[in-house]
This record gives sequence, structure tokens and C-alpha cells, in this order.
Amino acid sequence: MHDFAEAFRLAFALAASGDADLIEIIALSLQVSLTALLASSVIGFGLGTLVAVARFPGRGAAIVAFNTLMGLPPVVVGLLVYLMLSRAGPLGVFGLLYTPAAMIIAQTILITPIIAALSRQIVEDLFLEYDELFRSMSVPTHQAMAAVLWDARFSLVTVALAGFGRAIAEVGAVMIVGGNIDHLTRVMTTAIALETSKGDLALALALGIVLLVISMTVNAMALSLRTTAARQAYA
Amino acid sequence: MRELALRVDEIVSSDADAADRQTLPLLPLKVCGLTFRAGGRTLIDNLDLALGMHGITMMLGPNGAGKSLLLRLLHGLIAPSSGEISWNGVPLGHSVQERQALVFQKPVLLRRSVGENLDFALRLMGQSSQQRRDELLNRVGLLRLARQPARLLSGGEQQRLALARALAADPQVLLLDEPTASLDPASVQMIEGIVQDASRQGMRIVFVTHDIGQARRLADDVVFMHRGRVAEHAPSKDFFQSPASEAARDFLAGRIVL
Amino acid sequence: MKVKILATAAATVVVASALAFGTAMAEDKSIIVQSTTSTANSGLYDHLLPKFQEKTGITVNVVAVGTGQAIKNAKNCDGDVLLVHAKSAEEKFVSEGYGAARTDLMYNDFVIVGPPSDPAGIAGTSDAAAALKKIEGSKALFASRGDDSGTHKKEKSLWKAAGVDAGAGSGKWYRETGSGMGATLNAGTGMGAYVMTDRATWISFKNKGDYKIAVEGDTALFNQYGVIPVNKEKCPSVKAELGQKFIGWLLSAEGQSAIAAYKKDGQQLFFPNAPSV
Repeated sequence: MHDFAEAFRLAFALAASGDADLIEIIALSLQVSLTALLASSVIGFGLGTLVAVARFPGRGAAIVAFNTLMGLPPVVVGLLVYLMLSRAGPLGVFGLLYTPAAMIIAQTILITPIIAALSRQIVEDLFLEYDELFRSMSVPTHQAMAAVLWDARFSLVTVALAGFGRAIAEVGAVMIVGGNIDHLTRVMTTAIALETSKGDLALALALGIVLLVISMTVNAMALSLRTTAARQAYA
Repeated sequence: MRELALRVDEIVSSDADAADRQTLPLLPLKVCGLTFRAGGRTLIDNLDLALGMHGITMMLGPNGAGKSLLLRLLHGLIAPSSGEISWNGVPLGHSVQERQALVFQKPVLLRRSVGENLDFALRLMGQSSQQRRDELLNRVGLLRLARQPARLLSGGEQQRLALARALAADPQVLLLDEPTASLDPASVQMIEGIVQDASRQGMRIVFVTHDIGQARRLADDVVFMHRGRVAEHAPSKDFFQSPASEAARDFLAGRIVL
Repeated sequence: MKVKILATAAATVVVASALAFGTAMAEDKSIIVQSTTSTANSGLYDHLLPKFQEKTGITVNVVAVGTGQAIKNAKNCDGDVLLVHAKSAEEKFVSEGYGAARTDLMYNDFVIVGPPSDPAGIAGTSDAAAALKKIEGSKALFASRGDDSGTHKKEKSLWKAAGVDAGAGSGKWYRETGSGMGATLNAGTGMGAYVMTDRATWISFKNKGDYKIAVEGDTALFNQYGVIPVNKEKCPSVKAELGQKFIGWLLSAEGQSAIAAYKKDGQQLFFPNAPSV
């Protein structure tokens, strides 16, 4: 129990000190996870919208696939990406293993199914609501999709947030493909794993608290955005 | 994807026809042997109907007679099981649909402001302009609410906005599906006034209602529907003075029509 | 159409960011060392690498995993230098052509740590085989790495020498954690089990609780670290020259004395024994 009190004291001290190493780790965590979020938003919203709106053979299978892949264990993703990016793997020539780029790729693969599956549901619901009107108004399909995406944007922010939350919190994938290299690929979660393995539980927990605060800040910003939208009945 | 591509083609070709939109009249309408079945029941039963060039046609009848369904069939939102619908010789399709506008009983509004809901419709017509938007909003008494979120409007205001959006398309035929059901009297009066104005300016109106008083106020002619068929189609004066069908007589007398 | 555009856009984002990082990587002089965890967790690299970098300008990126995993990664050409502690596996790595040559670098020793209650009655002894027999005989808990690491390999050889089939007790008194040294120590101290660990990790481990060293001093507990450059003939992507510079420095008088100088709580953690010294 001593560790808890110590962890909070340490977390506060760490945050207050503005320790350069800590800031570097936080910055890399955000950089990697936000870039992964951006990439998987482009892919995930696109796929989600397509499956929500288009009718094609295998659509049901695609939905099942998205929903299944939502539960993909990070360590499996890490392993797959490792095998692809390893010098011995098919993409080895690019030399991306043990770089932040590898971590971005792994996290993108990890959260794209989440974004696709959740956005599919949201877009489909709104599309059904608009469907009769849009058909009556002869709205071309691409304009209808754009309108639905735009009008669902506040709900989609929540989806993006879910993806970001999973990306920034996972350790299994980035540990394998990043290697937890100091000053190069060390992020919050791998640093926490490292301190845990050194038995420095208080420092590990302190880093966990810092991670939580960052996550909370991002969530609070998104929530306030959504609340404003809900007040205006746009969401 | 094939369907999508097809639709894009139609849009492109119909853009070329845009100039014809006003010159090619959609009326008269002829409906022959129209049947619509769903879930093992025949909801529209071998229905025949002919509508003339001008005026306000009120589709009247008890709930469940098939009025709203017929309106959707005429607009091409749903496909009939059998039978033919031809607008001035042209079968249902995109070119017909886009010269019509439909106002739903429960208005579907975009999650945007009042003004942006209209902008969406105007952009679709390729004639987005502040002036046209304000003119339409003014016509339905919503100009001062232009910046309000559309979904925070009252029921009556929402329906007026939906009507303004329908008018934005400048349709030849305006189809209304019980637009004033459960609205406050002031909104009903306003909507009826706008519809009458539109009719006077040459827009063809087909208006579904089960409100006898409303039919009496607006109708040039009445289509009385009963059990998926047209029981009677007559000029307003004839229909209300001497209804020919028993169902219509019972309905006008306030008896329950099964 | 749409799918294609989206896919292209997404690919662009990923590749662009990848390249941004990738080129940043390629420009500076850096090597990757596939390493055992004990050298990293004990803080040895934090002590050595700044000295090396100051001298040569070469950045050393350490991937700290178990010896077994480190060797596998190196076989996939995902490293320039291998620094581990499992001599026979290392020699196999070289004989299979993956490594250029193996050199002894330094040593320390393994110890068996245990709870103060000492259920097997082995505290203060120095015969590893006898101690393991007593653990098995008393069915006292023992937490094993179970991860094919250097420490795990060593532990298995000790069980064999003691004539005990520990695997038969797996899940009962013999608990294989399948994880790193730190995680196994955390688990072991948590469940009151004996744990075999290298001394460096133990000294720098912060979650000791009331655990103490029970068995130490047996020559069988000797722990030799070796260093191997990954063979350029097998792995053309290897930065052989930079890797060799790092190894050369480690084996030099300067590198060896830097290793000897690293202390924690006043105790020396690693003892250099490169052949040239």
C-alpha cells in the first residue's frame, strides 16, 4: 500500500520536474498514437462508411470481420508486424523495425477495425434515417455519404477517441516492433513495463498515472466538444 | 458498386435535361392496375387512377386505406408488385422523381441549422444563393430562426422547414403525406396557405389527409381511398355534396369505416 | 473508386510518417544490439553507452529481451550485435553462420533468492544442486522464467545436475512464468517462491520485499556473458563496421574498466573477463 502513496507523490514530482526524458517519452507516445489514429481514421471511416452504405456480396462477412478484429490482441498485431518488417520478412528492406514508424503501423492495424466497426454502426443508423429523404431528393450517392459523414462528425469523434484510447494504452504491439529502445522507441507503456520489470513499482505506477492524466485530458476535450454539439441537437 | 455507377450516369444525363425540367410537363398521370403486396397482404389492390393537369388533389380516406403507400408508389420510393404508373407517358424513374418533391408526415431534417438544411437542397439544385434561401425561409416564417439547429424547432416549425426545402427544388408536383397531422392550428393554417399559394402559381399538389375539414378547405378534386383502391374520384363540390360510394358517405358522416 | 482513393490516402499517411522517421534513422550512425534483459535492467548500458557515444559518435539502440528471443531476432537479421549469456546457444549461433565470432565479455553469478521463512531450509548454503533437491523434496514453491532465456537455460541445466525432473511439478510447486527476469521476480516474491536470478538484476531490483539471497557461491552458478557480431554474409543489412567498433570498445581496456567501474549500492555487478585483458 506504501507504493500507492509513493506513486502519487512520484507522479506529481515527475510532472512538476518537467524531466526531459519523461517529456520525450510522452511526446513520442502522442506522436505515434496520434499518427496511427490519423491513418486509421482515414482507412477506418472510409471502410466503415462504404460497408454502411453499399450493398455487396460479402458485406455481412466484412461486418463480422471488423467486429472480430476489434478484439485483436496487441501482441498478435505486434508479432504480425514484426514478421513483416523483420529484415528476414517481406518488408525487411525498408529497415522499419525498431523505429517509431513500425509502432505507427502496428497501432494503425490495431485500431483500424475498431474505427471501422463503430463508425459503420453510426453511419448506417444515420444513413437509414436520411435514406428515404435522400432518395426522394435524388441525392447522388457520393453526396449522400459526405452529408452523413459530416452530420455524424460529433459521434465519429467519440469513435476516434476509442481508437486513440486503445492505441495509447497498448503495450504488446509497440514492445515487439519498437523494442523499447531508450530515446528512440520508448513510449509511456513500454516505459511502464520496463520499470515494472525492474521492480520499481512506484515509478511504474507514477508513469501510469501520468498516462491516465493525458488520456483524461484528451477525453475531456472530446467530451466537451460533443456536449456542445448535443446541446445544439447536432449529435 | 454497379448500382452506384449507374446512378452517377443518370445524374449526369439528367443534368443535361435540367433545362427541360419545367418545359416537359409531368401530367397527366395515369395509373393502371397498380398492386402492391407485402408480407402476404395486398395493400394496394389493382388500383386505377388518372390525375389532370392542374389543381390540388386531396387523397382522403380512413387510416390504413393505402393513401401514404400510394403516394410513395407515385413518387417511386417503392416499387409496385405489378401495374403501371406513367407520368405524361414517362414511366417512373429518376427524371420523374426529381421533378417532384415529397413532404413526409414526420419531417426528416439534417443535423444542421435551419439555413443549412435549405442550403443542402439548393446546392443539390445547383442554385445555392443567400437570397433564394432567405426568400424561402421568409415564405414559411422561419427567417429569424435561420441559425437555429433544425432539430430544436417545434413540430410545426420543422414541418414548415421541410415544406420550404421541398419548394426549394421548385418541383412541378408537390406530394404531401399528412404534413399537418398532430400540428398546432397556426402551423396548419400557415402550411395550408403556402400550399394554396404554390398551387395558384401552377404547382400541381397531391395532398394526403384523413382530415375531412382540411380536404374541404383545399381540394379541387378528391380521391377517396378505401381498402387499397380508389373508391371514388370526383371534383370537390360533387364529392362533398353527394358522395357516390357508401364508404365515402360513412366516412363523411363520421361513422367508423372498416 | 472511393476505396482506392481512401486506401491511397491512408497509405500515403503511413508511408510519409514512416519515411520521416526512417530517414531520420538512416542518417545518424546507429546500431541495434539484441541483448539479454539483465544487462539493460541493471542499468549497465546507461553507464556504458554515453561513454562509447561520446568517443565514437555512434548511437547504440538496445533491444532488451530474453536471450532466446534475442538470438531469434538476430537470426532474422534484426540486430547488428548480440550480447547474451547462454554459451552453448551462442556457439550454435556462430556455428550456424549467423554470428561472426563469439568472445567472452564479462561474468557475474546467479543466486537463488527466497522468502525469510525459508520453507526448504536452504538459506546460507552454497551447493546449488543440493538446494534444488531440497526445494523439490519439500515441495516449496519455485518460480522459473520458463521463457528459453539464458537464465532459464542455466536453471534447467542445474535441475538436470541435481537429478530432479522439475517439469513434473509444473503448475504445482514448479511455477513457470514464461516472462522476463523482473516479472518472474515480481511473481516469485508475490507468491513466496524461490527464484533463481542473476546477481546484477537482483541488486538493482527494487521490489525485493523481505526476500534475501539464500544460495550463492557455487561454481555451477557462474554466469558468463558473450558478445557476437551478426554475420554480414548472412545478413547484408548488418552494419558490421559500426558493430565491430562497439565490440572492439567493449573488449578494449577502456571498455573493460568501464564495465568493472559500474556499481550499484556499492557492489560491482559485472566482472570483465575479455581474453585480451
